[in-house]
Amino acid sequence: MLKGIGVSSGIAIGKIHVLENAKYDITQDKVADAKMELDKLESAIEQSKVQINELHEKALEEIGKDEAQIFQAHLMILEDKVYLNEIKGLISSEKLNAPGAVERVTQKYADIFGAMDDEYLKERAADLKDVSARIIKNILGIKMDIYSLSENSIIVAEDLTPSDTAALDKSLVLGFITKEGGATSHTAIISRTLEIPAIVGVDDIEEIKNNDFIVMDGDSGIIIKDPDENEKSEYIIKQEKITKAKKVYSRYKDKKTLTKDNKQVSLGGNIGSLEDMESALQNGIEGIGLFRTELFYLQRNSLPTEDEQFETYKVLAQKLEGKPLIIRTLDVGGDKEIPYMELPKELNPFLGYRAIRLCLDRKKLFVTQLKAILRAGKYGNVKILIPMISSMEEMLLAKDLLADAKEELKKENVSFDENVELGIMMEVPSAALISDMLAKEVDFFSIGTNDLIQYTTAVDRGNKKVCHLYNEFNPGVLRLINIIIQNAHKEGIWVGMCGEAASNNTLVPLLLAMGLDEFSMNSVKVPEIRWLLSNIEHEKSKQLLKVLDYKSSSEIAEVLNKFIEECM
Amino acid sequence: MKQNKLTITNETGLHARPANQFVQTAHQFDSDISVIKGDATVDAKSILGILTLGAGKGTEIIIKAEGQDEDIAIQTLSELVTTGFNE
Repeated sequence: MLKGIGVSSGIAIGKIHVLENAKYDITQDKVADAKMELDKLESAIEQSKVQINELHEKALEEIGKDEAQIFQAHLMILEDKVYLNEIKGLISSEKLNAPGAVERVTQKYADIFGAMDDEYLKERAADLKDVSARIIKNILGIKMDIYSLSENSIIVAEDLTPSDTAALDKSLVLGFITKEGGATSHTAIISRTLEIPAIVGVDDIEEIKNNDFIVMDGDSGIIIKDPDENEKSEYIIKQEKITKAKKVYSRYKDKKTLTKDNKQVSLGGNIGSLEDMESALQNGIEGIGLFRTELFYLQRNSLPTEDEQFETYKVLAQKLEGKPLIIRTLDVGGDKEIPYMELPKELNPFLGYRAIRLCLDRKKLFVTQLKAILRAGKYGNVKILIPMISSMEEMLLAKDLLADAKEELKKENVSFDENVELGIMMEVPSAALISDMLAKEVDFFSIGTNDLIQYTTAVDRGNKKVCHLYNEFNPGVLRLINIIIQNAHKEGIWVGMCGEAASNNTLVPLLLAMGLDEFSMNSVKVPEIRWLLSNIEHEKSKQLLKVLDYKSSSEIAEVLNKFIEECM
Repeated sequence: MKQNKLTITNETGLHARPANQFVQTAHQFDSDISVIKGDATVDAKSILGILTLGAGKGTEIIIKAEGQDEDIAIQTLSELVTTGFNE
């Protein structure tokens, strides 16, 4: 059994097709006849243009506009005279062989882009490598093998470029397995878009050979080579169940979220980057309930500027076309490695210097982020969400800084939305217990159940010895959630939930009964939860409130499960 | 030869979509056109060249054009920059 990171859900069962990355050596050898080398280059470029135009058409038809744009960028590189002349120059003056010249010039630009510490340029460096590999293969007459799938296959590769995925006959691809990549890699994004199961980050991928028969689970990341009959039938049953359910759920992608008795609630998506937006929209989210901004601050050498952040927030707001975009301000602490921020190592980072505590101390960092969000407010329905508030004092200090941010923007004569809504995360018990007072200060609450459970039950769920105590059905936790929702509604503000509990099928009816207004989750769960809610009567769900007087989590879970069975 | 000194005003700078737009516009003219930032001079028709400039908001650049349509080339490209690429 092999294991990787499951990035696109579903089961695939079938034969392996390994995409051999054609091996070729690039030398710095000189040639005798530069003229002939230039001709080879010229025709390879023309050939590449034809191929890329085809891929562009194919991507536009089969994947989408965003993916197709990558190939327009490829064409612009192929038409860049400066780039091509530098390559030709090396061939004429140094009599360098054509592939060697392409490689050397490409590396030069890739190095410049790589050094500029800019996400956009890093992507362009990847484009450049993709294009140059194509030119070189065309010069060497290497056939790009992936056009030739002859039967249903699970694709195995080191990594997949846009060229690879566009060229594949998607109707024959059962799944993707790669060695490289993470949850936001090209493979992950494209497989979710195409709804093909995918597993990335498989270290021992060499163990999988052409024509091997495997089963793969895109949720758990498990790959089983040569499954026995029992394993095979187990996964076939699982697959059939998923396929059936998916068909039902997918009918709920573009519907309103209504209970059986027509109470409307809102289902949002949780995202961490611009790349997640496409799949969120495809799953029919009614807004982004949580945009985590941590990625901005990780994997770089200095703080992101106001403009940089503004650009991303603006694009997100525009893509949502008026649907809400809730941006959570920086939520990091000593558990994250961000060298330039010099966060002290702490014994207990989750009770330490993190989130709003850090932001109230490093005011400039916080105000910069607030300004970027306020400016993006001009381009859509943007809201601010502050994490880890634990007292009224913090709340008021944060509001002061928000006022400062507005003041600065006014002085700078930069346009922004004065009325961007402000909300706070409800994840610390001391805040939950004064939520009646906090509700007077803000426009909404968002309940972060992962931390609320951890702080309420005093359990680290990463600790194997105690993680069984971490439980969504803990009566104390459920009472706190109910207190938060009732206090918010008394003050006339709305409440969302952006923790994993919001997409826990068993818990959803109880949250509905409590009156939760917005459920925000990993967007792939949205159609399923919408389907679930459509089978539940809000009025009837209210009988579930009796579980708030139950003594144990197991009793509560039992009653909730029984309720769902009765509804279906 | 014509030239014009400008400051980049749009948020993105000469980057991403605006960079593409700038290069595509430059391609409409026969003149040789270059962009200068500090010590660096690049061909305005080269997307890779323009991107290596890293010319963000507030950067001062000089656009230079030489050829039969140099006047209109300078005028069109300058307008694109000063109107902020319709951002």
